[in-house]
Amino acid sequence: MMTSIGSMLVIFSVLVVPVAGWAEQAAVRVEPSNLHGPRTLQQETATAVIRDYLQSWQSLSSALEQNRAELLDQDFVGTAKDKLTGTMHEQAALGIHTRYRDRAHDLQIVFYSPDGLSIQLIDNVEYDEQIFEHDKALTMQRVHARYVVVLTPTETRWRVRIFQAEIE
Amino acid sequence: MRRRFAFLIFCIAFATMQRARAEGGSMSLSPPGTVKAGNAFAIQTTGSGQAVLYIVGLGQVIGRDVQLGETTFFPAGVLYNAGHYVAILVAGSNTDNTAFDVVPASRPASLSFLARPSRLSVGLHDGISGCVYIFDAYHNLITAPTSVSFKLSNPSGAAQERAVVAHDGVAWTEVDSTAKEGIDKFKAQVDEVSSTRVVEQVPGDPCGLKMSATQSGKDIELATTPVRDCSGNAVPDGTIVTFTETYGGDQSTVDVPLKRGIAQVEMPAHDGATISVASGVVMGNEIHWR
Repeated sequence: MMTSIGSMLVIFSVLVVPVAGWAEQAAVRVEPSNLHGPRTLQQETATAVIRDYLQSWQSLSSALEQNRAELLDQDFVGTAKDKLTGTMHEQAALGIHTRYRDRAHDLQIVFYSPDGLSIQLIDNVEYDEQIFEHDKALTMQRVHARYVVVLTPTETRWRVRIFQAEIE
Repeated sequence: MRRRFAFLIFCIAFATMQRARAEGGSMSLSPPGTVKAGNAFAIQTTGSGQAVLYIVGLGQVIGRDVQLGETTFFPAGVLYNAGHYVAILVAGSNTDNTAFDVVPASRPASLSFLARPSRLSVGLHDGISGCVYIFDAYHNLITAPTSVSFKLSNPSGAAQERAVVAHDGVAWTEVDSTAKEGIDKFKAQVDEVSSTRVVEQVPGDPCGLKMSATQSGKDIELATTPVRDCSGNAVPDGTIVTFTETYGGDQSTVDVPLKRGIAQVEMPAHDGATISVASGVVMGNEIHWR
């Protein structure tokens, strides 16, 4: 299992994030939503969004470690998918790959669009980034970053459309 | 003898250091702390010999052969995806790395503007919503607080305007649908960049629905006055108007589409019958036939 979700699940809100089955698990804290939009966020929706977002870290990690863009299909769409796919092609061309392991997520949903077609969340995430040149490990970093994430609904799940790290 | 041995040790140590140096043993790199997306930047290295410089992030990966001790220049448009990056210098088995960030450009270049609904009745409070995400030229979300102007205008020139500050790249607003039917334009603007959506406003439910009745042989001829909504817009032809006659415990109902703004029908004339008219949930007047 490439990326991890959830062992020390600390729930500050009523959201429940299913974590069973994940081999390596990140700590997940879900802050109560602080919406600046007119639309009411149902608990089921919030739970699904958090679940799908955390799962997207698994596919991101697998895809970037194996340089296989198709592994993004389930969880990413639009700009986020395009950019990650580009990154994978660049990695492959240079003979490198990267291993991302999320260690902790501190999540808060901050916006639910009036039309219900996008949800924005902020993730103060901690992850390990290990970079390999062929099979040689070049470096490993523990990264703390604030991610701005926008998810949009598709047929069966929420997919990440914008995935952007900010300076903390 | 002891001095010659010490010199030999020194020479070996020096040669080892030189080799390590040649492989980048004392190398380092200094990227800027932040780079604005798409801007030119430079990374200064120390040391001597050849090395490979990687810039690795979730948004992009770049590799360059570099000469240690020199500055490597990256022209505008090379590194443009916002995010967290690691610059890694690799020379043989030696590496050095430093993290830095790419931040979105300040200038907006495109808006993702969703307006809902595309068609609605006139006169609805907060009936139209607009949501806009703001991007730079490289499709990075501009997360710094940004002023957004929303404007809903109709062909007559009347407009509703809202000024909103976007947070984390997104802004939204709600406006009322106007009193007059027609094609309105809903525009979101940030600096010189704008995006416009069309919102069709159609007449609302009938208002003050009223019919009159006249004897026509054995029947009553029923006809509405021209049917309009509460703002005075003509309700479109085809809208169903329902006439109901109740007499002696029996009830008969006729649905009639509006034609040229009115609905008319003939129903049996019964002394003591009560006739009512409605359209959807809107009730009109009643007539007691004598």
